[in-house]
Amino acid sequence: MIERKDVEYVARLARLRLSEEEQERMARELGAVLGYIEHIEELDLSGVEPTSHVVDLVNSLRSDEVRESLPREAALANAPEVVDNGFAVPAAGS
Amino acid sequence: MSQNTATEYEAVIGLEIHVQLSTNTKMFCGCQLQFGADPNTLTCPVCLGHPGTLPVPNEKAVRYAIATGLALGCSIAPRSMFHRKNYFYPDLPKGYQISQFDVPICSDGELAGVRIHRAHMEEDAAKNIHVGESGRIHGAGRTVVDYNRGGTPLVEIVTEPDIRSGAQAREWLQLLRATIKQLGVSDVNMEEGSLRCDANISIRPVGATELGTKTELKNMNSFRFIERGIDAEIARQTALVNAGEKVRQETLHFDPSTGSLTSLRSKEESHDYRYFPEPDLVPVAPPAELIEEIRASLPELPLEKADHFENGLGLSVDTARFLAFNAEIGAYYQEVLLEAGADVDAKRTADWVTGELVARIGADADPAESKVTPVALAQLVTMVGEKKVTNAGAKTVLDRLVESGGVPEQIVEAEGLAAMGDGDELAGIVDAALEANPKAVDDMKAGNMKAIGAVIGFVMKQTQGRADGGEVTRIVREKLGL
Amino acid sequence: MSADLIALSAAQAAVALHAGEIDAAELFSAYADRVAGEQIGAYLWREEGNPLVERPADFRSTPLAGVPIAVKDLFCMEGVPSTAASKILEGYLPPYTATSIARLQAAGASVLGKTNMDEFAMGSSNENSGYKTVKNPWDETRVPGGSSGGSAAAVAAGLAPWATGTDTGGSIRQPASLCGLVGLKPTYGSVSRYGMIAFASSLDQAGPITRDVTDAALMLKYMQGKDERDSTSTGLPDEVELPSATDLNGKRFGVPSTIDWSGVQPGVKAVFDAAVERLTALGAEVVEITLPHAEHGLSAYYLIAPAEASANLARFDGVRFGLRSEGEGLTAMYENTRHDGFGAEVKRRIMLGTYALSSGYYDAYYGRAQLVRTKIADDFRAAFNKCDFVVTPTSPTVAFKVGERVEDPLAMYLSDLFTVPMSLAGIPAISVPAGLATPDGAAQAAPGDDGALPVGLQIAGPAHSENALLDAAFAFERATEHMPAPWER
Ligand SMILES: [Mg+2]
Ligand SMILES: [Zn+2]
Repeated sequence: MIERKDVEYVARLARLRLSEEEQERMARELGAVLGYIEHIEELDLSGVEPTSHVVDLVNSLRSDEVRESLPREAALANAPEVVDNGFAVPAAGS
Repeated sequence: MSQNTATEYEAVIGLEIHVQLSTNTKMFCGCQLQFGADPNTLTCPVCLGHPGTLPVPNEKAVRYAIATGLALGCSIAPRSMFHRKNYFYPDLPKGYQISQFDVPICSDGELAGVRIHRAHMEEDAAKNIHVGESGRIHGAGRTVVDYNRGGTPLVEIVTEPDIRSGAQAREWLQLLRATIKQLGVSDVNMEEGSLRCDANISIRPVGATELGTKTELKNMNSFRFIERGIDAEIARQTALVNAGEKVRQETLHFDPSTGSLTSLRSKEESHDYRYFPEPDLVPVAPPAELIEEIRASLPELPLEKADHFENGLGLSVDTARFLAFNAEIGAYYQEVLLEAGADVDAKRTADWVTGELVARIGADADPAESKVTPVALAQLVTMVGEKKVTNAGAKTVLDRLVESGGVPEQIVEAEGLAAMGDGDELAGIVDAALEANPKAVDDMKAGNMKAIGAVIGFVMKQTQGRADGGEVTRIVREKLGL
Repeated sequence: MSADLIALSAAQAAVALHAGEIDAAELFSAYADRVAGEQIGAYLWREEGNPLVERPADFRSTPLAGVPIAVKDLFCMEGVPSTAASKILEGYLPPYTATSIARLQAAGASVLGKTNMDEFAMGSSNENSGYKTVKNPWDETRVPGGSSGGSAAAVAAGLAPWATGTDTGGSIRQPASLCGLVGLKPTYGSVSRYGMIAFASSLDQAGPITRDVTDAALMLKYMQGKDERDSTSTGLPDEVELPSATDLNGKRFGVPSTIDWSGVQPGVKAVFDAAVERLTALGAEVVEITLPHAEHGLSAYYLIAPAEASANLARFDGVRFGLRSEGEGLTAMYENTRHDGFGAEVKRRIMLGTYALSSGYYDAYYGRAQLVRTKIADDFRAAFNKCDFVVTPTSPTVAFKVGERVEDPLAMYLSDLFTVPMSLAGIPAISVPAGLATPDGAAQAAPGDDGALPVGLQIAGPAHSENALLDAAFAFERATEHMPAPWER
């Protein structure tokens, strides 16, 4: 129903490292949940418009006015690693 | 014989252009936009992607996107949505980019024969700076992220594959850039990254309709490199196909210093961006009146401007297009005309701008940033027209203006470059010239007027170019009774 | 004296504070002392100072005059640890405060602490906290429900007069039901989501967990409102009124004939039937309605919510805040950070959501769930042509034992059966204590019966019907025999 290779692929997309055992379990549990969920396949939903939002609003915009930014110390305060006043991470590939 | 001819190929090129909008603030928060500010001084919880924060779209950015679409002949969607485009990268604070997907705000336009597939709104990524050893425990290189640019409003313009060569791509992009510049919605500064272009390139046998495998050429940062990069890629693909090999779908980087194309390491997984409607935002549904109001307020755009230059001012097609498509040079030209007043010759002024001035400062430079003010150039062109200075003298004046600015009249005065008119001084020098060139005088008397060259040469040497050639000829004829 | 202070509801305390009958700093201390000694895992962080002593002027002239409040740890507060009960946010100090909390503070509420919850609000038992499990004060071997289980347990144990909660698929209503409290999920958009750590953006709503309906109205009054920082917020069209109805004359209550009672404990069913009778006795007309797609609500919910969550939780990447686990290179850093920082349920939902959105599956899963969502909203629209309110049990069972469902995610998800349809439709729903059942859920029970556990009645109304809903709940509450909470015993 959901294969190990799907679990691996999805875990990679989601940037989640899963141990062998976690992968096994994930395949099993997701399989059970998807098995339940799949009943919606039986519904006749032709001609139905999707609802991505229940609020009946459009054009909820703000005017182009400057708001004060955070002081740099506050912006960096929670950062795990700071180099040269920036947020540092292991080198990103080109 | 004809069956031995190698197949001829044509290139099929589509462009994707990212334009940073010049709003005061970011797309989804109130942080100020400012190029070159100290790193991470223009951020807030929203554009740092802090937990619980929410985006609120910038009304001005929406307006600018609509204006861009209208200038490109697009239809404006009555109701468009934002989507999330999901991928992990340190310059993307939320782990997704807010963009548009199936219903972009603008679609189906056309500019100068190139169809526009779509133009949509999105937010820019932040800036990754690669540093070497950080001096920290981890040893390996680090990437440092500056989120100042993150969240800058962008319009991404995607063309249909209607372009056939690097030169055409370059000229069309210049038109696009001038158009956007004229709209006033972006600085379109390629060096600062406010205009960025990717090209999708494939080749196919001439006459074929099916598209070949395309490659993507990324992030070329000048018009010249775009033309060269595209041509290099067309040549590479043609050579591959001629050698019986296949073009592989990949993303390439063009190195202008070596002219080489290198394949960028492909992302680790396929582009599975998992787009879905952005639940933090409601649709953008611009009322028809707003669209009409924006349409009515569009300025004269470069294509109309080229038409005006050509048919209104009498410039050649090439000069008209050059001025209209090179936004800064065109704007400068119009300002010189304005300063010079009604009597000035528009055509000759255009020659001074597109010829002499551009030759001195370079075609990629903005003349407004040179030391030659439009007032100064207008004055110089007027002085030439009034024969107060000769062409040769004026070129010297322009050299001085480019070097250190100043007022043409004063330079002419200081350097003694004023044209010699019909005064006694010039007549005296002509006398001396005739005396020094008896053979030329004889030849002229014998009907060979070409011989006057030696006399004029003598005069010019004596006056250091300040004499007017026509005036010298008149005096010679008068003196010799010819 | 201290016990008398604890006995006051939030509304009563506000009145007494305004009248000068009690002292705000003493009231705060009375609760803070209890919080300091609490043993049920309700709090993740507690205020150690006494703001009423330190800044009395901030509170004196405000409507709530310093009434203490507990805040679910899903809300960001400037400079206060805000973790969503996740290890990935351990040590995180937000540089800003959630709008709804700022509004309550501006109205004079003083924050006692941050309450425990299921990590990122994902769960129905509070066993998914990254820090500690919360115990149900009615029976400490049982769960308080979730995800706002810390808030519910705190109120039920007298560790706060009231608390904020958040509800994505039932996370206010279900723990309120399991702890014998009132829990209100307002109309989507009425309370700003700004500063509430996002679980599923199109469903998340903050609301009150309180001892009674009046307090629920009072809290909603001060937390709702349109917010320019949340472009999906609308606020409520009418001022929230404190409820006063004494009867239900002329009100029509719809009971869905489509409910499948097979998964509902008999004791819960019996309490529900008795509640419906009480509605009739109050003058209400009970009508039969159908919600034909409600049974598919759970499926739609368990696609939409994880899909949105998979994106909402992508920002926890070890770059700007929170946990970082190093690794060889960038991808390894991401993968290790998220492996170490997220608990099992969060990983499960990220995986489910990522899968539902991934290439080739969107139409079958996420896309289809959005269509089901439309049908569910249509069902409610049709129902509200026939009735003013829809009633169901809040939870199919009484509070279950700690550990009972942890190995079976699907069984856990079924706890939300009755609450998710309202979330998908974005309509308001309240859970009000309706009665008691035996600990095994087999039969109805009476106050004083050994181990009896609370059962809630869920009342839902059309969008923006909060005042009517609160009035109906208030009338029902008055007609329902009082069930002493654990702190009262
Ligand atoms: Mg883009
Ligand atoms: Zn910002």
